[in-house]
Amino acid sequence: MTTISVKHVAASLGGTRVLESVSLDVQEGEVLALVGPNGAGKSTLLAVLAGDLRPELGTVTIDGRDIRQLHQLELARLRSVLTQQNAVSFSFLVRQVVEMGRSPWERTPQADGDEAAIEDAMAATDVTGLDARHYTALSGGEKARVSLARVLAQQARTVLLDEPTASLDLRHQEDVMRNARELATAGAAVVVVLHDLSLAGAWADRVARLSEGRLVAQGPAREVLTAERVSEVYGLRVEIIEQQGRPVILPVRGTNSLTLKQ
Amino acid sequence: MAVPGPVRGAALAIGLAVVLVAGVILSALVGQLPVTPAEVIGSILRAAGIQNSWAPHDPIIESTLWVVRFPRIVMGLAVGAALAVAGAVMQAIFGNPLAEPGVVGVSSGAALGAAIGIVLGLSFLGGWSTAVLAFAGGLLATLIVYFVSRANGRTEVVTLLLTGIAVNAFGGAGLALLLFVGNTASREQLIFWQLGSLNGSRWGEVAIVVGVAIVGTIVACLLGRRYDLLALGERSARHLGVNVEALRIGSIVLVALLTGAAVAFCGIIAFVGLVVPHIIRLAIGPSHRPLILASAFGGGALMIFADLGARTIVPGADLPIGMLTSLIGGPFFFWLLFRARRQSGGWA
Repeated sequence: MTTISVKHVAASLGGTRVLESVSLDVQEGEVLALVGPNGAGKSTLLAVLAGDLRPELGTVTIDGRDIRQLHQLELARLRSVLTQQNAVSFSFLVRQVVEMGRSPWERTPQADGDEAAIEDAMAATDVTGLDARHYTALSGGEKARVSLARVLAQQARTVLLDEPTASLDLRHQEDVMRNARELATAGAAVVVVLHDLSLAGAWADRVARLSEGRLVAQGPAREVLTAERVSEVYGLRVEIIEQQGRPVILPVRGTNSLTLKQ
Repeated sequence: MAVPGPVRGAALAIGLAVVLVAGVILSALVGQLPVTPAEVIGSILRAAGIQNSWAPHDPIIESTLWVVRFPRIVMGLAVGAALAVAGAVMQAIFGNPLAEPGVVGVSSGAALGAAIGIVLGLSFLGGWSTAVLAFAGGLLATLIVYFVSRANGRTEVVTLLLTGIAVNAFGGAGLALLLFVGNTASREQLIFWQLGSLNGSRWGEVAIVVGVAIVGTIVACLLGRRYDLLALGERSARHLGVNVEALRIGSIVLVALLTGAAVAFCGIIAFVGLVVPHIIRLAIGPSHRPLILASAFGGGALMIFADLGARTIVPGADLPIGMLTSLIGGPFFFWLLFRARRQSGGWA
């Protein structure tokens, strides 16, 4: 089932058009990766999906309702968002930060599940042992995982993640993507902005590729992440090797690496 | 974190209660006219309708207590609470522990508003005129600081302080101008405003400040959970269902109201809103509901002792309390700045 649906959306930041005529349906039970070079509009599209940014043209619906008609609190029960910036102003404990993810459910029957949701989210992101530490004293990677735990604890049907793997080591990158996979298997709709194409190739059910504000391709990873397409969009020669039927994208290094195969 | 949260909270509550009660009793006893503890308790019991033999027989003692000392004590509690809560709320919406009504110029804005009323003899609202003008001045200053110093939902220390310098400079210059054009009587009042004092508090004024402090503290406590979420940054708070714009505007009005009420009757008393929430945060952590509630009591306690110092450090003289709090708060602020710089590796 479609959760968030954008149709013919155009959006601007600071007077510059950064999205042009984008249409995309986010489906329950799948991991959708948004990929593209820097400045392609991935984070902007995520902001539109999250309801942070009002598009100038087009419509955004969540569970069939116009996103503009929803209050912040209603929206918070439908979707959760992990942003790139995850600073916390005061030295809250890790546990308190994860608890904040439960706040949309305050004074609802779901609040009975607070404890379980927090425990599960902290276990899934491997931060249970950090619970009594101060958030401000954590390393960048630990902060990213705690923030992800907060987002998971929110237990929304649609989960939007903006570069969740950016500051993580290899193992935790895989863990985060496995978390995303598990969420989708449990029925959630997961949208992930990724720079690492191999991660997208390995874990996403569907890849949407943006280029200069336009959605130029969407479909299974093997179709979207071909050597030819990727080379063209990024201006860099790449080769694709397959691992268990999943594409792994590698730059071709050495001579002629910057020459495009036309 | 060897000591669990509830234990720390209880320890803080008991500590604050002891300090507060001790301060109140001491303030009632100490002064030019010596009063015994028995007379204080007796007098309060008699006022509550319980006749007793401890109550003072000397009408001078009775009137000293009820006309001079008690209103001053209650005013101190209310002003301290109002300023400390205003500080905690301000720090929450600026996402910066260095925001404080005195430092960023809200107090001087409020003082300028009050001073304009005094010098021009404005009395369009009777006894409330000064308070309303102080509120308006404080609100204007808060709005200016807020909208000038924020970028991407956060306020950098440098921007905050530079804005504070500008607003304080303007407020100070405005006060100086009024001092220049005002007559002798209003000049004396203006100097009182600049230095801050609890001297000459009257019950009518006390009631206004107490009312504002209590309502303000309750509202701030009710918003406490939302302030916690705001610590995640504006965008993330919104993602968790907080109506950030409404919270911001409401909080700015709240800060202006609390600061305005305090400044209108007691002048500029800086750094209370900085020192108190900071110490409470160190004791029980940054969670805003307990922080704001404890700050209200802590602010009251600090004020009582500061006022006690103001009345007794120099025999026979009543020092301006704002001067005292700045003497203590200034170095404290400097230390906070130094620490913030060391931790973040720069003035961010």
